[in-house]
Amino acid sequence: MNTHSTDQSSYPRADVDPPSGKLFPHKHLLGIWGLDPTAIKHLLDVADGYVDLNRKPVKSAPSCAGLTQINLFFENSTRTLMSFEIAGKRLGLDTISMATGNSSIKKGETMLDTAATLNAMHPDVLVMRHGDSGAVKLLAEKMDCAVINAGDGRSEHPTQALLDALTIRRRKGKINGQTIVISGDVAHSRVARSNIYLLNAMGARVRLVAPPTLLPADVGELGVEVFHHMEDGLKGADVVMMLRLQSERMNGAFLPSLREYYHFWGLTREKLKAAKDDVLVMHPGPMNRGVEIASDVADDLDRSAIEEQVEMGVAVRMACIDILTRDLRSGAGS
Amino acid sequence: MKTAYTNARIMDPATGYDAAGTLVVSDNIIEAYGADVDTSGCTESIDCGGRVLCPGFIDMRAHAVDAASALAGGITTIILQPDQTTTIDTDAVVERIRHRSVDSQIVSVYPMGAATQGMNGKQIAEIGQMQQSGAVGFTDCNHAVADAQVMRRLLEYAGHFDALIVQYAENAELGAGAIAHEGEIATRLGLTSAPAAAEAMQIDRDSRLAELTGARLHFALISSKDGVVAVRAAKARGIRVTCSTAPHYLHLNDNAVEGYRTFAKVRPPLRSEEDRLALIEAVANGTIDTLVSDHAPKSVDVKRLPFAQAASGIVGFETLLALSLAPVHSGKIDLMTMLKALTINPAKLLGLPTGTLAVGSFADFVIFDPDKPWRIDADTLISSAKNTPFDTLPVQGQVWRTVADGVSVFERV
Repeated sequence: MNTHSTDQSSYPRADVDPPSGKLFPHKHLLGIWGLDPTAIKHLLDVADGYVDLNRKPVKSAPSCAGLTQINLFFENSTRTLMSFEIAGKRLGLDTISMATGNSSIKKGETMLDTAATLNAMHPDVLVMRHGDSGAVKLLAEKMDCAVINAGDGRSEHPTQALLDALTIRRRKGKINGQTIVISGDVAHSRVARSNIYLLNAMGARVRLVAPPTLLPADVGELGVEVFHHMEDGLKGADVVMMLRLQSERMNGAFLPSLREYYHFWGLTREKLKAAKDDVLVMHPGPMNRGVEIASDVADDLDRSAIEEQVEMGVAVRMACIDILTRDLRSGAGS
Repeated sequence: MKTAYTNARIMDPATGYDAAGTLVVSDNIIEAYGADVDTSGCTESIDCGGRVLCPGFIDMRAHAVDAASALAGGITTIILQPDQTTTIDTDAVVERIRHRSVDSQIVSVYPMGAATQGMNGKQIAEIGQMQQSGAVGFTDCNHAVADAQVMRRLLEYAGHFDALIVQYAENAELGAGAIAHEGEIATRLGLTSAPAAAEAMQIDRDSRLAELTGARLHFALISSKDGVVAVRAAKARGIRVTCSTAPHYLHLNDNAVEGYRTFAKVRPPLRSEEDRLALIEAVANGTIDTLVSDHAPKSVDVKRLPFAQAASGIVGFETLLALSLAPVHSGKIDLMTMLKALTINPAKLLGLPTGTLAVGSFADFVIFDPDKPWRIDADTLISSAKNTPFDTLPVQGQVWRTVADGVSVFERV
């Protein structure tokens, strides 16, 4: 079984591929907003196949050999960048990572000039992260290749939402009908936004739990239930997704202190009693232990899916790269 | 030289005059107008074809002179904001701009001086000397004077010269870094936002200070229902406050920034539909005194950036009339009220001798067809930049001729 395979036939693609037509009729993956449930399900189904592959000793499935992937990160990242790089390499792409930290922008080159320069090098996949909301969409308008948003400002982080969804689906069997709590700094979180859109599209009941200072205006309009008391929000929950509290929000302006935040909104065993017994605990990482989540909750092998999320991340990103380059590889693209 | 403008619908918002007739210009002075005027001695006669003839528009808030564009929009007087390459905060800069304006003799340019030195919000600028040199008002433009003590002293000092202070109505702390209206759309797009309360709070505070000092205070670019309520309350108490808005706030709500459209990025930000409707009502009932274009040409280079980094502002000269006429056509504002907000109201506030067709005044007027349908086309704008969110929008009402100082300076062929 573990022989080196150079094609995709070693796992059952026929089960997940549509016989005709496109289940994911988009050129880029810029966000979850605007994706229909069929497209999301398709991404998750394909990713499921890659989870199996990634657990084999030989993880290479170089269906995309010869294609070039550029990871362009204008904002620091370790996990997401690594995850995309591994995903690309396992599919056989030549991956190049640029963590510029805005260096070319500082030299006076505009982002669109950077886009034009990269475009001229004919990449096939561009993975981009940027600190400004909407920046990836703007750049995608100038690129001929597929663009994957790896996080833009406070707007979206679609692959994170997909990997969270895959984790939930594998653990709970389905997303539809689950009561899912998202707790923490929603106001400044692109992860929360992408998750809200995705979970709503897939029929989950989404609750937000946070102090009022960490909730954006009119967030109820996005189709969520809003709670300020942790215990109320956790009542009967199937899944709890904690968000990272950025250090710059910790003192003064948004919250009085870490101690107070942990007291009211930190996820502890005690508070978790309000949720269902088999509640799944998730966190996009990196965690602040003792701030938004207690160590014993994070490390609870029965409930915590935090490491599994990282595993799903690689599979989901492989699925995204795979699906977005299919036309290209079948000769239909440019 | 005498010219007769015949077959016109003459509207003078200064007096409320609205009748068909002829207007006679002698050199650069309006000699007579009415149904039966003596046209003997006229060397030229121009048939206006029943179009509206009214005083040339006075645009109280422009960030660039862009003369050709202004004249195409029927604007004969531009109030230049102090946020120029060299901040207008001394009498020397004011004089330079006034001289350049007199030399060009096409469109009248009056500068506003900075209210505080370098628009820093700390030290009061040389208001008296700038006023003597021709500055018609004082403002820190897109910065509110945040410090209440500075604002109080500014108003007291300006009151001595009966100078008009123009305040950008936004609480500086609540508005810090904000690029969108607080609400569902900003939340979804992940944009830093400020609530309409930031505008109302500034109006409330500064109205108190205007009451305390007795000075004249004008709020630039009211964008919200709360702002309108705050101004109305101050006026009802007899405080000498006035305010303006721009037609884009009557036309668009925050839906326009969907998809991170930076051409719809303006300060203050476009707000909710409820706010938009309240602004139209406020122009109709006179709570809002003047309509301004807030003309701000921005190149594509500073607009095609991520939303947070992109420049704010739109070009407004050439679309000022057509956009202002939209609520007139929909029956929400009457034409005379709208024209007042573009002519005599700003003239009175600024102490200018224009904005009227009164016999003996300078012949600055515009002839426009209020009903003519056309489509805004960014590419054909005369303006030095094309940053308009109204590209391809069908509108009604177009300038036919602009006459400045007796000379026909714009004619549509």
